[in-house]
Amino acid sequence: MPFDIVQFYADWQTILPECFLLVWACIVTMAAVFSRNSGEGTSTGTYAIWTLIGVLVTAVWVALTPDGTAFGGTFVFDRLAVLFKEIVLGGVLLTVISSIGPVDRMKLHRGEFFGLLLFSAVGMMLMVSATELLLLYIAIELSTVTLFVLAAYRKANRKSAEAGLKYVILGGISSAVLLYGVALLYGMTGSTELAGIRNGIGDLFMASGSFPPGLTMALLLLLAGFGFKLALAPFHMWAPDVYEGAPTPITAYLSVASKAAAVAAFLRVFFVGLESSQTLWVQAVAVLAALAMIVGNVTAIVQSNIKRMLAYSSVAQIGYILVGAVAVNTWGATSMTYYAMAYLFANMGAFICVIAFSNRMGSDEIDDYAALSRRSPTIAVFFSIFLLSLAGIPPTAGFLAKYYVFLAAINNGYLWLVIVGLLTSVIALYYYATVIRKMFFPLDQPEGGFPVSLPLTIALSISCLGVLLLGVFPGPFVDLAQAAAAMLMPGM
Amino acid sequence: MDTFSLAFFVLAFLIVASAIFVVSSKNIFHSAIFLILALSGVAGLFVMLHAYFLAAAQVLIYVGAISVLMIFAVMLTSRIADKEIRHTNEQVGIGLLISGGLLAVILYSLYNTPFTISDQPIAEGAGMTLGRLLLTKFVLPFEVVSVLLLAALIGAIIIARRDTKTGDSVPPRPIPLPKSLQQAKGESES
Repeated sequence: MPFDIVQFYADWQTILPECFLLVWACIVTMAAVFSRNSGEGTSTGTYAIWTLIGVLVTAVWVALTPDGTAFGGTFVFDRLAVLFKEIVLGGVLLTVISSIGPVDRMKLHRGEFFGLLLFSAVGMMLMVSATELLLLYIAIELSTVTLFVLAAYRKANRKSAEAGLKYVILGGISSAVLLYGVALLYGMTGSTELAGIRNGIGDLFMASGSFPPGLTMALLLLLAGFGFKLALAPFHMWAPDVYEGAPTPITAYLSVASKAAAVAAFLRVFFVGLESSQTLWVQAVAVLAALAMIVGNVTAIVQSNIKRMLAYSSVAQIGYILVGAVAVNTWGATSMTYYAMAYLFANMGAFICVIAFSNRMGSDEIDDYAALSRRSPTIAVFFSIFLLSLAGIPPTAGFLAKYYVFLAAINNGYLWLVIVGLLTSVIALYYYATVIRKMFFPLDQPEGGFPVSLPLTIALSISCLGVLLLGVFPGPFVDLAQAAAAMLMPGM
Repeated sequence: MDTFSLAFFVLAFLIVASAIFVVSSKNIFHSAIFLILALSGVAGLFVMLHAYFLAAAQVLIYVGAISVLMIFAVMLTSRIADKEIRHTNEQVGIGLLISGGLLAVILYSLYNTPFTISDQPIAEGAGMTLGRLLLTKFVLPFEVVSVLLLAALIGAIIIARRDTKTGDSVPPRPIPLPKSLQQAKGESES
């Protein structure tokens, strides 16, 4: 096999943004090592700025890279990959900005925090481009292993240690389940590439006129594995504890970027690789989505800790995203992609409000949010907007996102799922509104006010702008989502 | 029964039996030793499948490196080797029920599924093909694994390092011996 320089260049060109971010992650980590030896060390703000530069350069690079496939078709750089890479990078960006306060209080290993964050971002960027299950698995591992560490970053804190340990154990089990599904799929179709699996499943059906039970088993195992990664009920048990114990920026990152990347991987695996066997898995996805919406929203009502409440709320949110998955076509994929964009800004914004609050008050209890509007109107107003978007109230992004996924589901005859979705939305509105009511009433408690730091104000403004833009001018964003979804079904 | 089946069943028995010992042995050192046995059995299975490279890798990496590391970790951790470990909790019944049910479902579905089985012998030089694939088509996963290891290494150091400088640190705390061992120790000393 002669060495082909043109092919070599074409292969690596598509993956240069990831390579750059990886090198940058190493630089940030090494800077942390060397600065510790020289006196006081670098300030958290400096690390954050350098990390931000790396993220921004990568984001621009991703936007400028031409589409293409590489490494024999195992890695694909298309519109779907671009969109989800930008969502992941947007998540990293907001996480880095909002971690300045919490990381500064950690005193130790501050640089490595940002380095590990970038490592995990590289894993997620590979995840959304993988069209081969081996690469997909390793990318998932890269993103989760770093998150194990980040979740346990506040070592001295009992809850953080518990979060790390729980995440390691359940993450390990879920990887095993996922791998078992992949192995069965490989055993039956003889391929780990999505295109090969698609053909193999077609051959299996041709051979006997029906799908073998082993395929159902493989699909269920894959679904369970993805369910763990997405924190979908009933595989969400780890989420509340991990979300509560992890440093809040990591919680935000975990609930947004890692879920968005997993949604992209889900779209590729199920809408491309397993598309022809959809009769086997669509029902299961519908049931899981309904369970997630019911369990997430009902359990969120009784939570007294804001991080736990948002954890259950994000379980429900992923349920809403998967409502779009019962429509295995371009429209379903479009609605899921759009929802992922809306979810990025709304959930990230909500968590940044929690960070801004706990930076000053040192508390995550919902009761402490009472009369917040008197002390910090900025946080109270922003938080209300994000919560309303999560609840799906117009003119925010959440309303259109919910509308699109429900429309996709109805067009495919899943009326019952939409009814469940609407009913649980009402429940969701109840607990979101409870928090909002707490923040604005009673009016007679004017305690000492506190300002929001400049970086957090910027992060909040970006998120808020995103939520409102997606809600008021959805046109260009729907076009982006449609272009991304079209990559999954080139025939349509 | 031909020799092939006989060898398979001997290996399978060896793997399953030692795997059960790994999770049921009360002494962590014994668990580590049985793990080596189980992993060697898996290497034997790979040899039977003519996957010689995999068998060699299994022996080198799992039996050789990982097990030795684990035994070192056991030996270097103070007082962990002679500690009794409980393997079950109050939910052992439910756990058995669920995992048994899952096993039954998986066995049923696999038994009723046709797998493509090749009767061709493995071509000579399969290792060379494997190596070539690893550096062309699968070069990306191959490289990302090293990134994964690097990230895991950094993470492990951060988690394991004892923080001494700041208030965010945990002072080392002596682990009290279990009651039964304390008594035994007292008796032997007196």
